[in-house]
Amino acid sequence: MSTDPTIHIMRSNLGRARGLGSAKTGLHHWWAQRVTAVALLPLSLYFVLTVLSLDHATRDQVAAFFAEPWNAVLYLCLIAALFYHLKLGVQVVLEDYVHTESTKVASILLVNGAIVFCALACAVSILKLAL
Amino acid sequence: MKDVREALMVGRNTEGRLVRRPVSPFMLGSAYKFQTSSLTSIMHRITGCALGVGTLLLTYWLVSAASGDGAYSIAEAILGSWFGILILFGFTVALFYHFCNGIRHLAWDAGKGFELPDMHRTGGLVVAATVILTLAFWALAFFIW
Repeated sequence: MSTDPTIHIMRSNLGRARGLGSAKTGLHHWWAQRVTAVALLPLSLYFVLTVLSLDHATRDQVAAFFAEPWNAVLYLCLIAALFYHLKLGVQVVLEDYVHTESTKVASILLVNGAIVFCALACAVSILKLAL
Repeated sequence: MKDVREALMVGRNTEGRLVRRPVSPFMLGSAYKFQTSSLTSIMHRITGCALGVGTLLLTYWLVSAASGDGAYSIAEAILGSWFGILILFGFTVALFYHFCNGIRHLAWDAGKGFELPDMHRTGGLVVAATVILTLAFWALAFFIW
């Protein structure tokens, strides 16, 4: 960091940027993050209220809660929006702070795998309680 | 300089000398001082990551409830312990902060609230709302239900 860098390639900034490719799926990433954020506004309020209502609940009461179809469906919506939003957010954080390409790709893949695993574990658990 | 993209990371300082641009997360502290804007921004990321870890707790709770009485009573004991309550308290702080500041971000996406006085005011509002919502949540959890 302390050594003074020198420019060997005498090209304009536009010339340097050309040929590196477009942002590709960047717009979709940005848009999906906003869509899931908006979906999570009512869903997280619903989540907070259900957590309060299930305070000190027995397992039977939790099962009875998820046996209500609306609760099971809303929780599945929450799980879908939450984990998708989390995947997008963590990806941005890793892309910003991990500068070694191989480590960056590996960590994003690892986190994505963990997120899919947790999302499916939540969904299966909700369905098992509901059905 | 092996990669052509590295050329974009080079700039000139005020003396005209070529310098490597600072790269995040090393901006704060060295090249950038803390302000309402940067503090609320980094807090959004920190609480987002904390909530990511918190989803493990949500997953554990749901899986234990689906597994059976034995697993659920263990989860109840862990989450109901003082350490569990402390973690859950942190979870609610992160959730309410990320929720409120998320609304602020969505407003910015809609092109509203960009003026500095507005931005400082909404930043303060987010912190105040986080405190109020967190206290309200735990008051309800302990005294009502």
